[in-house]
Amino acid sequence: MDGLAKFLDMGGYAAYVWPALGLTVAVLAGLLIASVKSARRREAELARLEAETGRGDEG
Amino acid sequence: MSARLHALANPARFLRFSRRALPWTAWIATICIVAGAVWGIVFAPPGATPPEGQGETVRIMYVHVPSAWMALFVYACVAAASAGALIWRHPLGHVLARAASPIGACFALLTLATGSLWGAKMWGAWWVWDARLTSVLILFFLYLGHIALTNAFDDPARGARAAAILALVGVVNLPIIKFSVDWWNTLHQPASIIKRTGPAIDAAMLMPLFLMILGFTFYYFTVWLLRARAELAALRTRALKLRLLAA
Repeated sequence: MDGLAKFLDMGGYAAYVWPALGLTVAVLAGLLIASVKSARRREAELARLEAETGRGDEG
Repeated sequence: MSARLHALANPARFLRFSRRALPWTAWIATICIVAGAVWGIVFAPPGATPPEGQGETVRIMYVHVPSAWMALFVYACVAAASAGALIWRHPLGHVLARAASPIGACFALLTLATGSLWGAKMWGAWWVWDARLTSVLILFFLYLGHIALTNAFDDPARGARAAAILALVGVVNLPIIKFSVDWWNTLHQPASIIKRTGPAIDAAMLMPLFLMILGFTFYYFTVWLLRARAELAALRTRALKLRLLAA
């Protein structure tokens, strides 16, 4: 437990290190999630439109 | 109209390729980032004790340096795709450039933010107008400009062309960023990895750093492929809707 506290403290620099790491995780995860959702939404819309017009083909 | 339809026929191969490639890039990215982060942040040695060295703030290096590398690499990809579109009329050029740009902007932002947090303690300054920081800020603005131009016109083709020209004009910024720490007196650390005499960083830190760089690169490939697929679907949707209107 003492080792964990020491690790989290980052030699006294916790206030700088953890926000930097946390911001990185947040931005990269957010971008990934947004991109996945956007791809799904666009592909679903295309599939629906192709079904309506009877023109589905590409992978 | 027929030229555009012809261009849309090509992307079928890209869609098949991306569908097969995506699980690979995603897994490689995950494994490399998790391994690199745990190794670098938990197990690797800290920097020399402050005030002479970086101490534990060196942990920030494991996200700051990969972000910076990606910010540059992605811009090179945007420029290459733009050149492909403008000069060789490659049908996927604009799609790939448009898909990559927001990713590069995120990496540039992370570079600036993590660098700022690192410098706040190490330099005692959140920001300085030195050559490297300023040129990376300009890189970030170039990304924003590229995204804005892409969406600025009713006709997407015009936006794509304008953005592509901006991307190519901004390429000069890349060597400026890379060599800024050599050409000018900068507060930012001089080149530590790609040097004539070899890396200046300890091997115990270099390995997890390379893992993180590799992981970030495959993360970029993953998100790039996803966004390109979304762009292609949107293009095809638009083409279908136009055809329905014309019919």
